[in-house]
Amino acid sequence: MFELLGIPPQALFGQLLLGLINGAFYALLSLGLAVIFGLLNIINFAHGAQYMMGAFVAWMLLNYLNVGYWWALLLAPIVVGITGVIIERTMLKHLYKLDHLYGLLLTFGLALIIEGLFRNYYGSSGQPYQIPAELTGGRNLGFMFLPNYRAWIVVSSLAICLVTWYVIERTKLGSYLRAATENATLVRAFGVNVPRMITLTYGFGVGLAALAGVLAAPVQNVSPQMGSSLIIIVFAVVVIGGMGSIMGSILTGFGLGVIEGLTKVFYPEASNTVIFIIMAIVLLIKPAGLFGRAT
Amino acid sequence: MATAAYSIGAPAKQTSPTHQYVAFGIMAGFFAIAPFIGIYPVFMMKVLCFALFACAFNLLIGYVGLLSFGHAMFLGTAGYISAHSAKVWGFPTELAILTATATAASLGLVTGCLAIRRQGIYFAMITLALAQMIFFFYLQAPFTGGEDGIQAVPRGKLLGVFDLENDMIMYYFVLAIFLAGFLLIYRTIHSPFGQVLKAIRENEPRAISLGYKTDHYKLMAFVLSGALSGLAGGTKAIVFQLASLTDANWPMSGEVVLMTLLGGLGTVFGPVVGAFTIVAMQNYLAQFGAWVTVVQGAIFVVCVLLFRRGIIGELSKLINRPL
Repeated sequence: MFELLGIPPQALFGQLLLGLINGAFYALLSLGLAVIFGLLNIINFAHGAQYMMGAFVAWMLLNYLNVGYWWALLLAPIVVGITGVIIERTMLKHLYKLDHLYGLLLTFGLALIIEGLFRNYYGSSGQPYQIPAELTGGRNLGFMFLPNYRAWIVVSSLAICLVTWYVIERTKLGSYLRAATENATLVRAFGVNVPRMITLTYGFGVGLAALAGVLAAPVQNVSPQMGSSLIIIVFAVVVIGGMGSIMGSILTGFGLGVIEGLTKVFYPEASNTVIFIIMAIVLLIKPAGLFGRAT
Repeated sequence: MATAAYSIGAPAKQTSPTHQYVAFGIMAGFFAIAPFIGIYPVFMMKVLCFALFACAFNLLIGYVGLLSFGHAMFLGTAGYISAHSAKVWGFPTELAILTATATAASLGLVTGCLAIRRQGIYFAMITLALAQMIFFFYLQAPFTGGEDGIQAVPRGKLLGVFDLENDMIMYYFVLAIFLAGFLLIYRTIHSPFGQVLKAIRENEPRAISLGYKTDHYKLMAFVLSGALSGLAGGTKAIVFQLASLTDANWPMSGEVVLMTLLGGLGTVFGPVVGAFTIVAMQNYLAQFGAWVTVVQGAIFVVCVLLFRRGIIGELSKLINRPL
């Protein structure tokens, strides 16, 4: 067996794969945050809680209704997206005229409520969720063992990211969205129902978080805390990438996941903090973020 | 932020401050007699530490318009430094607290330099991320004792004379620290420096065009706020003889936001009332476990949707004078 800088290749590629998987979640979540922020000017602090809800809805569907993984992949984002639509219609829409910080505070409160409720009913230990039968096992690539489900996470989230990018950057619907991000009043004057678009955008962003949650359910314990530590890292990812560009969010998410994975191999002590350190460096060199526009 | 139709904090209005002196007298008087009217001194010391913490936080959000979501890093850092220096290095109590305050101020200088490079929502996310980085550092650093924290910190003797193991003596020591911090903040926001801070909050581009180096002002406010949060954290570690990860973790950053929001952003006395309310609520709800989180979240939602002025802000509107 060959070795690279004294690191056995299994460990290196194993961590690289884990890094890609984490990166996939960073990309999906920061993408949702960026889409929501673009139109609503609100940083959705509840994003981590909604990711957790996605995983829990999948778990509930399986345990209470005996609905499996593939249906959960479709249903959980819809269910959580609908709760998002309700939140937007009843609460967030009253905040658009106020200082943006109030949106952050409100969604932070919602995150506390959601997490507290789930912790009350399901404890903090976490629930197991089986990998679907079609994706169990794995294959030997010669230099490493690749579990099928982990490959599925990377491929499917990459596909979701690219479809989202395509819809926003290349379709007519996406052009309305981008126009409303630039100047909502003007787009409204052209007869586009902007308030409805805002509601659906929030629902979509939240659904994206829930989808990431369903993808994560089989590889992580489904627990009420699974979102809160993740969302803080995703905030750092968003600061690094800047929220100006969809592709930027995707690239930053995957890239930082890989860097984090590599740090686990070469200097494990820093693996928790490396993303924050990168954030500090980016702030010193390019305060607007790698893909951001100066505000 | 300058374009927002409803900005954070009360509009600047110049009136004679007599009613503020009266309010201050009521507050100081209540704290002075609290242990004699049957309120448990340890509970009141917790209130005072958090009240100072919230006032320090309010200096940023209420008077500069900067929402820091990482203030736990100052509280936690100062707690560890004060506990470590008192227990391991054998510093006298007052020196341990001062060391902790100075460390928090230095941390404020470093993190502030990074955070003020962005505004508004980004500022909140950056401070949160930096605080999380500091949290992970304490989680791994050997001197913090990991999940156990630093326990059995000696309270020591004040000036070598007054035995702080006595809760009553400790209480008045904490009260003195709180009042000193409170008056420093009051002085700051009513000074020319404070006027510039408020100008930055109202309209930063205009403040820049008037020739103010707003970044310097923001950094100074950030350092001051961090130092006073550190004063609160250092004192708290001595009071409870414990420095733990809880004080450095992100829910603590959220709690201080909640206290200030509930009391009234940008009011002088709001954070004190907010801290008292939240600490009392936690005491009564402690037996219900995770419901505390749910209730705190609900208070956030209600405050933001219906009650943006907070308790003192509403009161101040009622008597039509800033409090």
